[in-house]
Amino acid sequence: MITILGIPIQAFLGQLLVGLINGSFYAMLSLGLAVIFGLLRVINFAHGAQYMLGAFVGYLLLVQLGVGYWPALLLAPIIVGISGIVVERLALARLYDVDPLYGLLFTFGLALVLEGIFRYYFGVSGNPYPVPPLLAGGTNLGFMFLPNYRGWVVIASLIFCLGTWLVIEKTKLGSYLRAATENRSLVQAFGVNVPLLLTLTYGLGSALAGLAGILAAPVYQVSPLMGSNLIIVVFAVVVVGGMGSILGAIVTGYLLGVAEGLTKVFYPEASNIVVFVIMAIVLLIRPAGLFGKEA
Amino acid sequence: MAELTLQEARAQTTGRVERILIVLGIVALIAAPFFVYPIFLMKMLCFALFACAFNLLLGYTGLLSFGHAAFFGGAAYFSAYAAKVWGWPPEAAILLGVLGAAVLGAVMGFFAIRRQGIYFAMITLALSQMFFFFCLQAEFTGGEDGIQGVPRGVLFGIIDLHVPLNIYYTVLAIFLIGVFAIWRIVHSPFGMILRSIRENERRAISLGYSVGNYKLAAFVMSAALAGLAGATKAIVFQFATLTDVAWQMSGEVILMTLLGGIGTMVGPIVGAGLVVALQNTLATSEFPVTIATGIIFMICVLLFRRGIVGELYARALRRGNNKG
Repeated sequence: MITILGIPIQAFLGQLLVGLINGSFYAMLSLGLAVIFGLLRVINFAHGAQYMLGAFVGYLLLVQLGVGYWPALLLAPIIVGISGIVVERLALARLYDVDPLYGLLFTFGLALVLEGIFRYYFGVSGNPYPVPPLLAGGTNLGFMFLPNYRGWVVIASLIFCLGTWLVIEKTKLGSYLRAATENRSLVQAFGVNVPLLLTLTYGLGSALAGLAGILAAPVYQVSPLMGSNLIIVVFAVVVVGGMGSILGAIVTGYLLGVAEGLTKVFYPEASNIVVFVIMAIVLLIRPAGLFGKEA
Repeated sequence: MAELTLQEARAQTTGRVERILIVLGIVALIAAPFFVYPIFLMKMLCFALFACAFNLLLGYTGLLSFGHAAFFGGAAYFSAYAAKVWGWPPEAAILLGVLGAAVLGAVMGFFAIRRQGIYFAMITLALSQMFFFFCLQAEFTGGEDGIQGVPRGVLFGIIDLHVPLNIYYTVLAIFLIGVFAIWRIVHSPFGMILRSIRENERRAISLGYSVGNYKLAAFVMSAALAGLAGATKAIVFQFATLTDVAWQMSGEVILMTLLGGIGTMVGPIVGAGLVVALQNTLATSEFPVTIATGIIFMICVLLFRRGIVGELYARALRRGNNKG
C-alpha cells in the first residue's frame, strides 16, 4: 500500500477531496461576501442564512412541488437573489450613510430571524436531499473512488467562481461595478445609476450564496443551522484573503478548505480550528491579508 | 460607531436629574428581592454588568467586538472549575475567572487590534469561535454537559451564599463595583484618550498617543469586567456551559447595548434588563427567542440607532438647546 508520511494514500486523498469540497463552498461564499463588501461596504452576516435559504428552497421545491435538482439549481439562486434585492431596497439602502458596522448588525439580525423561522418549522435535525440521478454513483479513478456528485460540486463551483470573476473583470457591467467600488460618486456623476448597481450587487451576492446552498444540499443535510456555523469560518477566510481582490477570495477559499482537509488527516483534533489559527498567523505576518491592500 | 458627540457625552454626565435617578435605582435594587424573584434579578444584574463591560469597548473606544462571549463564558468555566474541583471559596474562584478572562482578552486583543472596523468584528468573532471549539473538546469544561453542580460556597468564610438574600446582595455589590469601575475608567484621562480614538483615530495618533496600546488596554479591561459578570453568573446559577461561550451570546450582549444605548452609562443596563425580561417571557410561550432577538436588532438599527436611553438623552439635549 502506498503511504504519504505514514498515512494510507486513500485516506489522504479522501480527506483532500473533502477539503476541496469544503473549499468550494468557502470560495463561493467568500466571493459573494467580497463582491458585496467591495461595493456596499457592508459585511453581509446574513450570507450564511442565505446559503441555508438556498438549500431549503431546493428542498421545498422538491418535497412540496416535485421540482427536481436541475430546475432548482436555477430557481433557488433566483429566489434568494430576489429576496436579497427586497432586503437591500427596504433596509440596507437606508444604512449606506452611517457607520458600516450598522450594516453588519442589521444583517446579523436578519440572519437570526431567517434561522429562527426555519428552526421553528423544521427543527434542528437535518433533512436529506437526494443526489440527482444523473450524478448518482461514483467513478473509480484507480487510486481512489470518487462519488460523481462530489466531483461535480468541485467543477461547478470552479465554473461559477470563474464565471463571476469574468463578469466582473471583462464585461461592461463589471467595469461599472469596479469603477463604483473605487469611487462611487464619480461614477454616479458620469450618469451611471449607482443605487441600481448597489441593489443588483447585493442581489447577485445573495444569489451566489443561494447557489452554494443548493449545491451543498445533496452533500450535507439541509438544516437550519448549516449556515451559521459556516459563515464564521468564511469570515476567517475573508480576513486571511483580504477583501480587496475577487480572485484572492476564491483562491483563499480553496486553499483553506484543503488545509482543513489535510489537518483532518494528520491531527484531527485541530481540524475545527485550523482556519482560525491560519488567520491568526496571517494577521501577525501580513495584517492586510494575503491579497489585501494595506489600508 | 456611537452617534453621540463628545459634547453630548459631557452634557450627560453633569445632569443632576441623572444623579437622583441613580440613587433611586440603587434603592430600588436594594428593595427589589422582596418584590421580584431574586434569581431573575441576579440574571439581570450579571447581564447588565456584561453589557456595561462590552459598552466600555464599543461605546467609549469605538471597537465592535463580536467575541465577548469568550470572556463571559470562559470566566464562567474557570471559576466553576475552581469552585467545584479545587474547592476554592467563591471570592477566589471569581477572581480566577476575572484573571483568566483578562489573559484571554490580552491574547485576542493582541491579534484583533491589528485591523480596524469591520475586520476587527470578524476577527474577534473568529477567535471566539476558536475558543468555543477549544471548550467543546477540552477535558476540564465537561464538553457538551458543561460543569454542573458548582457549590456557591461561603464568601470570605462568613457569608453563606446558599442563603437567597446573601447571594443577591453579593451579586448586587459586585454589579455596583463593576459599574463604578467602568464609570471611573470612562471619566478618567485614560477614558478621554479612548474617546479621542473613537472620534478620530488618526488625530489621536498624530497627538502622540500609542493608539494600539490604548486599544489593547481597553480590550483587556472590557474582557476582565465581562469575565467578572460571567464568573458571578457561574457561581449564582451553579453551572457553566457551552451556551455562554457560543457566538449567540456575543450577539446578545451587542443587542442589549444597542437597544439601551451605545456610549451611555445607563443604556446597557436598561437594555440588558429588557432583553432578559423578554427572554423570560418568551421562554414560556411558543414564539422562538431568536426571531424576536433578530427583529429587535433590525428595528434598532433602522429606527433608533441611539438606543432607548440615547434617544432620551438626545431629546433632552435638543430641548435644552431650544431653551438656550
